[in-house]
Amino acid sequence: MSALQHWAEMGGYAVFVWPAYAVALGVLGGIAVQSWWRYRASSRELDRLQRTPSER
Amino acid sequence: MLTRLANPARFMRLSGALVLPLAVAAAVVLAIGLYLALFVAPPDYQQGETVKIMFVHVPAAWMALLVYFVVAVASGVALVWKHPLAEIAAQQAAPLGAAFTLVCLVTGSLWGRPMWGTWWAWDARMTSVLVLFFLYLGYIALVNAFDDMGRGSRAGSVLALVGVVNLPIIKFSVDWWNTLHQSESVFRAGGPTIDPSMLWPLLIMAVGYLLLFQTLLLVRMRAALNERKARALRLAAPQRRIAPPAAAAPHAAMKALR
Repeated sequence: MSALQHWAEMGGYAVFVWPAYAVALGVLGGIAVQSWWRYRASSRELDRLQRTPSER
Repeated sequence: MLTRLANPARFMRLSGALVLPLAVAAAVVLAIGLYLALFVAPPDYQQGETVKIMFVHVPAAWMALLVYFVVAVASGVALVWKHPLAEIAAQQAAPLGAAFTLVCLVTGSLWGRPMWGTWWAWDARMTSVLVLFFLYLGYIALVNAFDDMGRGSRAGSVLALVGVVNLPIIKFSVDWWNTLHQSESVFRAGGPTIDPSMLWPLLIMAVGYLLLFQTLLLVRMRAALNERKARALRLAAPQRRIAPPAAAAPHAAMKALR
């Protein structure tokens, strides 16, 4: 058994350890991406409203 | 000093300069923390490799409490001084706190199954953290439940302040009641009882989570300010067609910011 495989098995607890890391990454990464997209969308919308008064 | 920083225009300038360094710092610290947690920290003599779950679970629990405290303080400031930036800070911090609490609950459950033999137990610590999660959800729902943003914000602020009573309950639940959870092992009189080889990755992950929270809070607050400004501009638009812009826009903008 390779060292990497041994490490990935987490002493037989891989089925609990990796999902825990996946959940942390998924939830925190997800809210990070959502926050950034929201900021970019709001910046674009504000720019549009400030640049083109005729559209308002 | 705080009043100066709390000016929305000044906040946008300052936060604009801070977001990138904070994001880079968060990424670097989290990468170091994950490396130490996954590759360097040894297995626990009782828990084995499941102790690695602690490195994402425990800092998430600390952040869940800290962020709620931030929401409550900002809500108090918004209620008393009616400062729009404090109101925005509370409203934008709450989803982040809910996310940390969700991570804490799910990773705790994933640790509990192999160690306690159950996914969930209605013990005092777990139940009070679940109540904290519902407080976050209730706050978010309440703030968004009103057409009048001011009423929603006030109702949410009251809920956030009332919910503060849950924080000492969570913190001291392991001392006040017999629970499955072990008693305090880091923030305790007499110093931590954890071996430094596990304590350092835990603290570094906690710093990483804190930096991530600060980065995301600034990003979300900037987005919320942009959205309020855009709403003010849209509201001002019809009035601009019938009145001189200089007279109409500031009035509508002030109304939208309330």
